[in-house]
Formats: sequence, structure tokens, C-alpha cells
Amino acid sequence: MKHNLVLRFITKYLFPVIALFALYVQFHGDYGPGGGFQAGVILSVAFILYAMVFGMETIEQVLPLRVLRILASTGVLIYSGTGIITLLMGGNFLDYDILSLRPIQGQHIGIMVIELGVGITVSAVMLIIFYAFSDRRNHD
Amino acid sequence: MLDTFIDITLLAFLTTTAIAIIKVRNLFVVIMLFSIFSLHSAGLFVVMDAADVAFTEAAVGAGISTVLMLATLALTKDHDEKRPTHHARLPLLVVLITGAALVYGTYDIPSFGDPHSPAQEHVKPYYIEHSMEDTGVANTVTAVLASYRGYDTLGEVTVIFTAGIGVMLLIGGRLTRKRNKEDDR
Repeated sequence: MKHNLVLRFITKYLFPVIALFALYVQFHGDYGPGGGFQAGVILSVAFILYAMVFGMETIEQVLPLRVLRILASTGVLIYSGTGIITLLMGGNFLDYDILSLRPIQGQHIGIMVIELGVGITVSAVMLIIFYAFSDRRNHD
Repeated sequence: MLDTFIDITLLAFLTTTAIAIIKVRNLFVVIMLFSIFSLHSAGLFVVMDAADVAFTEAAVGAGISTVLMLATLALTKDHDEKRPTHHARLPLLVVLITGAALVYGTYDIPSFGDPHSPAQEHVKPYYIEHSMEDTGVANTVTAVLASYRGYDTLGEVTVIFTAGIGVMLLIGGRLTRKRNKEDDR
């Protein structure tokens, strides 16, 4: 698909839109439908679309597999780390009330942070799976 | 009225797609039909006011899983499903009986939106009444997933993480390939 002008053009201009929409879903999950999981999937779709049109090499320059592996574990670490922090601050595991002086604000911070963790892990894992499949096709 | 019309239309599309999936032998077409099936399911979820579920179905069912299945198809050589050589009478019988039992089972399911069904009377009233004052989050689904049931969501994220590790270990053999290349030199 590397020589298809229409596809190349559309992909180039759709990529930022999809990525922006992913961020919107990520941080607007408190008020509308969506959240970390959906945002992660949408963000990875943006990269997969780009990889399908421009080839795997272009995307691997930006996001090598070793970065994705670190990102995938970072997300889980952020999530469970939030739980540990609430434990250390004297609350229950994942009890966000303790994160701030005002419980509601604490809840806001907690939900925002763990949704971010979910988003990072999901997008990284989706890309890892995509890499694993397409890498096999290119080399074997 | 409009709801019923949309329901019937979507279910008709869904059934047609399902029959087409069974009939068509070309696997590429089948994958595309699966994607369409997911999109129709997402539409049905929207009609049922489950926007979050619809969102997930559209993104995962119609999006990512289609791409992954296409990637898998690209790895295989044969793109046509083999024609079965015999009639599967016994499996058909089993499927018919199981299907009949499932349809019979639906008579015991509370009707859609029944306010007195067990699912509506357990913890749901508490979530609807108190999620705003407890968490300050307008979307009750997010409040339940991220706050009340944060522990479960942590488990789900760990499952996804484990899935990624599993795929990397099974078919992501980049490290071994590099090592093989070095061995060849």
C-alpha cells in the first residue's frame, strides 16, 4: 500500500485526528462514555493504520518494541502504584479519598491516574500484539 | 416505535451477517463479515443505552480484532476454508437441542429494563444515588469501574498485560532471531 497516494494522504491527516480523539476519550471518560481502555485501543489503532500504509519500519523508528515493553509495564505500575501510595498514606488499597484533603478531589486524581495507567498499558499491549504478528510475516 | 424499528433492522442485519459468515468460504470475506457483525452489535448496544459497551465493541470487536485476524490470515497460505466432505448430522442435532434449551431459558430472564430484576435491586440503586457525591464523576460507569470496583479493573489491566507478554513469548521471537543471525555468522 506504500504507493497509493490517496491512502497515504488520508492516513497522514487522519493520524492526528485519531490520536486526539483517543486523548479526548481518555480524559473525558469522567463525563462521557469511554475511559482508559477505549482510549488505549483507539490510540493503538492510529499507529496500526499508519504502519499498514507506510510500513512497519516507520512506526518502529518512533516506537521500538523495547519502548513498548517498558510502556506496557509502566501502565500496570502506575495503577498498582496508586494502590500502594494510598496504602502508605494510611488508607485502604486504591482508596482515593486519602490522596487529597478533599475526598472528591482525591477521587478525581485517583481515577485520572489509574485511567492513564490503563490507557498506557492497553495501547502498548495492542501494539505489541500487532508487532508480533506483522513482524513474523516480514521475516519468516 | 422507532426503537422497535431500529431493533428489528439491526437484528435482521445481524442474522443476515451470521448466515453469510456460515455460507462464505473465503476467509478474508469472513473476517470482514465478523467486523460488520461487531459493528451491528455495537449499534444494538447503543440502542440499549449501553454507550460504554458499544464503544468497546466498536473499537475492539470491529477495529483491533479485525486487524489482528487479517494479520493472522496473512501468515497462512490457504485463504479458502476447505469444503466439509460429510454432512454433520449429529453436531446439528446437538446444536439444535442446545439452542432450544437456551431459547427456553430466556423465558426465565427478566424482561429488558425490568426495575425489579435482581441486577437492578442489588447495589445498582446505591451507585446511581451516591456515585456523584462519593466520587464526583458524572459517568456512573466510570465511577464503578475506576473507583468502586478499582480492584477488578486492576485485575483486568493485569490480564491484558499478561496477554501481551504471552504473545511476545509465543510469536514475538525477535530476540531469538537476532541470536540466530549472530549464530549464522
